[in-house]
Amino acid sequence: MGALKKHSSDPFLTTESGQGMDYEFHWNVVFQNMPELLNGAFVTLHVSVLAMLLGIVIAILLAIAKMNNSKPYCYIATTWVEIARNTPALFQIYMAYFGLGALGIHLSPYVAVLSALVFINAGYLTETFRGGFQSIPSTQYSASKSLGMNSIQVYRYIILPQMLRRIYHPMTNQFVWSILMSSLGILVGMGELSGTTQRLQSLSFRTLEFFMVAAVMYFIITKLVLFSSSLLSRKLFKGEI
Amino acid sequence: MNSLFTPLSWSDTGFILTGVMNTVTISIVAIVLGTLLGLAVGFLRAESSKLVNVLLGGVLDILRSVPLIIQLILFSTFVGAMGYPLDPFVAGSIILSLYTMAFMSEVFRSGFDSVHQSMRTSARSLGMTYGQTIFYIRLPIGMRAVFPSWLGVALSVIKDSALVSVIGYMELLRTSDQLISRTQQPLMILIGVGIFYFIISYPLSSYGRYVERKMAI
Repeated sequence: MGALKKHSSDPFLTTESGQGMDYEFHWNVVFQNMPELLNGAFVTLHVSVLAMLLGIVIAILLAIAKMNNSKPYCYIATTWVEIARNTPALFQIYMAYFGLGALGIHLSPYVAVLSALVFINAGYLTETFRGGFQSIPSTQYSASKSLGMNSIQVYRYIILPQMLRRIYHPMTNQFVWSILMSSLGILVGMGELSGTTQRLQSLSFRTLEFFMVAAVMYFIITKLVLFSSSLLSRKLFKGEI
Repeated sequence: MNSLFTPLSWSDTGFILTGVMNTVTISIVAIVLGTLLGLAVGFLRAESSKLVNVLLGGVLDILRSVPLIIQLILFSTFVGAMGYPLDPFVAGSIILSLYTMAFMSEVFRSGFDSVHQSMRTSARSLGMTYGQTIFYIRLPIGMRAVFPSWLGVALSVIKDSALVSVIGYMELLRTSDQLISRTQQPLMILIGVGIFYFIISYPLSSYGRYVERKMAI
């Protein structure tokens, strides 16, 4: 019991008793709150999809800037990529939420988590895109040109389809990663799956039950995303990947 | 107002250093344990039958598809509810090591698989025992091939160790969090924390990329 008392100030460790396995599971309250949990899961998907789309747009710009020889743009892109890759996601979220708040820019938890995820996604995807682009030999460009294609046709029919094949799996992984990392919203009081779970368990004290259901929901979401991604890749690439 | 918030001072250095040391400690513990466990599980997956692989893969899949933060909360609540509350450091190390193991085992499995079957057969035909082919052929050659990926996983563990703060471990981000609520100077403290992570992570990731480039040639 003594050791339990030590943690009692911690919001996540709400244990009623310290003796043996006398924890009773009560699932009713979880099922009653299922609509709210599902709503939280929807917010999780929502924020990760948005973070991915915005991240892709910024990453394309950053990748172009990095491959360009004009110095200032290249420096900006490199700094962005290195900061995003070499600091924890939790740090980025704190920075967006508390750090910007100190400068007078008060973001809502949703926007703070979203901007942190966009920042990191853009950093990682820049390297993915750059690697994908550079893996296609420049001789293909010249060869297509000599066949009479114009630049747009070369990119449309030769370079981009091959590039998409090479960056498809890293992009799927990045998407799964952002779904999992959006769970950090719990720490700034965001209403996604983890945050909702945390709020509901603090009302009912059924910590284990709620977080178990949340874990299962994350698992299902991740599997669904991976499954539909592999279906899509079969459709897009017709097996030749 | 003034009595409530006190600015950052030199006397906080010790407090910050404790946070730094705790982050370093738990990262090292998780990387070492995760690597050893991952090596064992990776070898098991490379060698064993399909059935064992499916079962092992399922367990590892759960570790990889549930957010680390949920795993930490679930585990520490669970052991608490069962009557064996663990120290945040112990609970955090266990989950972080298992999480690391899940990623490391994939890395090592591909390392073991990267040594071609013909090379193993020729080692055996030279009179090496099964154990010798593992220790003198597959381990050194396979592990060299996956070193950059190993470094990548290790780096992500250092960054993910920040999440152990949710179960009450006083690592760097939690110390800074407490300093922020006392001093109300979030920007300065957070930038300091960011620089710390960057200083650890950047040289290692650059080195990893350098090795990868050198191996590609």
